[in-house]
Amino acid sequence: MRDVVITGVGLVSSAGEGLEAHLTALAGGAPNTDATSFEPFPVHPAVTLEWDRQIPKKSDQRQMEPWQKLGCYAAGLALDAAGAKEDAALKSRMQLIVSAGGGERDYAVDGQILTGLRKADNPGVFLNERLMGDLRPTLFLAQLSNLLAGNISIVHGVTGASRTFMGEESSGVDAIRIARERIASGQDDIFLVGGSYNAERPDVLLIYEMGGFLWKKPYASVWERSAEGGMILGSGGCFLVLESREHAAARGAKPLAVIAGVASDRSRRKPGSVEGALHGLSQQLGAKPDLVLSGATGIKGITDEEQAALKDIAPGAAVHATGDLVGHTMEAQAPIGVALAAGLIAGGKAGEVLVTSIGHWRGEGAIRLTKA
Amino acid sequence: MALRDTKGRPLVAVTGMGVVTSLGQGKDDTWAALTAGQSGIHRIERFPTEGLRTTIAGTIDSVDVEPFCAPMLSERLAMLAAEEAVGQSGLASSDFPGALFIAVPPVEMEWPQREALAKASGQEGDVTYKDLLKAAASGEFKSWHDLFIFGTVADRVADRFGTRGSPISLSTACSSGATAIQLGVEAIRRGETDAALCIGTDGSVNPESLIRFSLLSALSTQNENPEGASKPFSKNRDGFVMGEGGAALVLENAESARARGAKILGYVLGCGEKGDGFHRTRSSPDGMPAITAIREALADAGLAPDNIDYINAHGTSTPENDKMEAMSCTAVFGERMASVPISSNKSMIGHTLTAAGAVEAVMSLMTIGTGRIAPTINYQVPDPAIPLDVVPNVARDASVSYVLSNSFGFGGQNTCLVFGAEPKGA
Repeated sequence: MRDVVITGVGLVSSAGEGLEAHLTALAGGAPNTDATSFEPFPVHPAVTLEWDRQIPKKSDQRQMEPWQKLGCYAAGLALDAAGAKEDAALKSRMQLIVSAGGGERDYAVDGQILTGLRKADNPGVFLNERLMGDLRPTLFLAQLSNLLAGNISIVHGVTGASRTFMGEESSGVDAIRIARERIASGQDDIFLVGGSYNAERPDVLLIYEMGGFLWKKPYASVWERSAEGGMILGSGGCFLVLESREHAAARGAKPLAVIAGVASDRSRRKPGSVEGALHGLSQQLGAKPDLVLSGATGIKGITDEEQAALKDIAPGAAVHATGDLVGHTMEAQAPIGVALAAGLIAGGKAGEVLVTSIGHWRGEGAIRLTKA
Repeated sequence: MALRDTKGRPLVAVTGMGVVTSLGQGKDDTWAALTAGQSGIHRIERFPTEGLRTTIAGTIDSVDVEPFCAPMLSERLAMLAAEEAVGQSGLASSDFPGALFIAVPPVEMEWPQREALAKASGQEGDVTYKDLLKAAASGEFKSWHDLFIFGTVADRVADRFGTRGSPISLSTACSSGATAIQLGVEAIRRGETDAALCIGTDGSVNPESLIRFSLLSALSTQNENPEGASKPFSKNRDGFVMGEGGAALVLENAESARARGAKILGYVLGCGEKGDGFHRTRSSPDGMPAITAIREALADAGLAPDNIDYINAHGTSTPENDKMEAMSCTAVFGERMASVPISSNKSMIGHTLTAAGAVEAVMSLMTIGTGRIAPTINYQVPDPAIPLDVVPNVARDASVSYVLSNSFGFGGQNTCLVFGAEPKGA
């Protein structure tokens, strides 16, 4: 099996742009939180980005909604960081796995239709007419899950082939897992992997509020929301360039860290199952981390179980919660954890890092990174 | 005999198949209708169609789910197809010894749910998302969180069949079903698992989905004669017809399949894919990505173009796809392409979108198993730009050992699969 190394990281979130900005933010300070736009729900808003820097054509920008722009921008940063941006031949054989949800709605149109439906003589016909008349034709392309990958192919020329994984947090872990396995087994040499999330959307807040998963008070650390628990969603995007050690060496790319293993599973959730799952995943990976980047959501029960498990798995290790830095970025959470881990290892701040991903509702995953 | 392919990898056998389409439930019923040249396209009765440009589809109306919405219907179709497939394979029906790869349509909350939230909010003036959020806080709609997140269909299917590990939900648009199979093949070849349950499912014909495709001018508007609307490769083709479907394949390491005495229905010999960065909905004018995907699939299978006996086309009936597909196939197969049978199941079942690659994989293997090629129906006005043998209107008997199945999708997705009765040289 071949070693799989990370040679580029592209990261944008509420904490800023680029890996360095995030490592600095991780070292201290309160996270960037917007408590008013979606009151009573705090969110971690994406910083303002100069889109032109990674998505040069305005026509491309117009075809995307924010979740896709965040991802496309982060993908460009990762390609830059890996020294791959200008290498068209390399990008044309680079494989792409994206973890994505979907969206986004036209909120004004939805509101007008809901208002009108109430009084419509024939609601079905009214709905047809309004949707035919009011939906922007290109909005569909900004909603389709696989169109983040499509936009990355168009904007950045990454055209090996793309696959889009869905399924909330798990999709982020499994995207990295499958890419790693394909490289390790020799099937492919180089991948761009990651995801993005826009939290500043009433329709996603709605889904999680229906389930009772959102934190509705001022920001508190994920470890300190235990009374009722809840997550604060965050906007961001993260892409990683993964390749075999040999492939990186051959093109003179410097590895930041090794992805030593990725494990994921799906426990049938009941009290104790998350704690048990984390023990199992960590054993499977042979993890002995001196630092943990937790993807904890802040949801009661599972967050406490994770904390308890980490005390056994990584006694004495520093534990950082990605959620306390950028919020919960759903499909992008595992890639962001891995990006931060790679940065810490490359900077000599850690020797072995365990990244955890306990989904808010289902799915458990862990990723072990070691020195390059 | 070592059950390895020409590259030394474990050979991947198909030991179970299941399918449900607008033509029927079960592969035998569907196959009988397909080879009889029967269409499953009809007028939409599920919702009012006044005001729509397209009023026909290949909906599956025989399956009831509650609440009626795309994720529930997609889940049910996946379950039906997988029950048939796992049943045929003889593997444990609730303790499946392998991973799940499932192509699911992107889901979101639908209009009946939005309306219910708006009503529950008590807002009598202009409704906004603030009102919906207020209603959501009541906790009364808790189950809709699970219903409308992306991982739920896979989770429920994984629960039902007891598949191992983290299930993969995926989308590569209209090639999703083929990608689910490709992921299963790769996992078996890497030795991660000896079995994989690969599913494509799509039950998303609802007003908004239909209107979205309609606004992109992708759908046929020839509503007068629903059964005649899907006309792949014909000169008067004018768009695809939405269809619903589910299909499942049980893939196994051929060695372990033989060892347990399973009946092998055929092999997945090769997978090929290539991205296209030309445009969001159109393919590169030179056809190179589709050509590359076909060539990669053949190379992966260890086959030459001359070995292919039949092509199960993507064949959507859009002006763009059929022209580009014909051009790409001709580029790969050369002069011989004029005599290679190529037909489109979509002429009868419509475009089953996320499920299409998996549905058509089952039909490709049925072709091999029965020695019969399903026709392209509604072929009355040949397109002089596509001088191919599209198996017009009537099924044909033929000895078919190797099939190429094409799947192409929005977002530059091109995925091709090669199926065989036996591996080459075995």
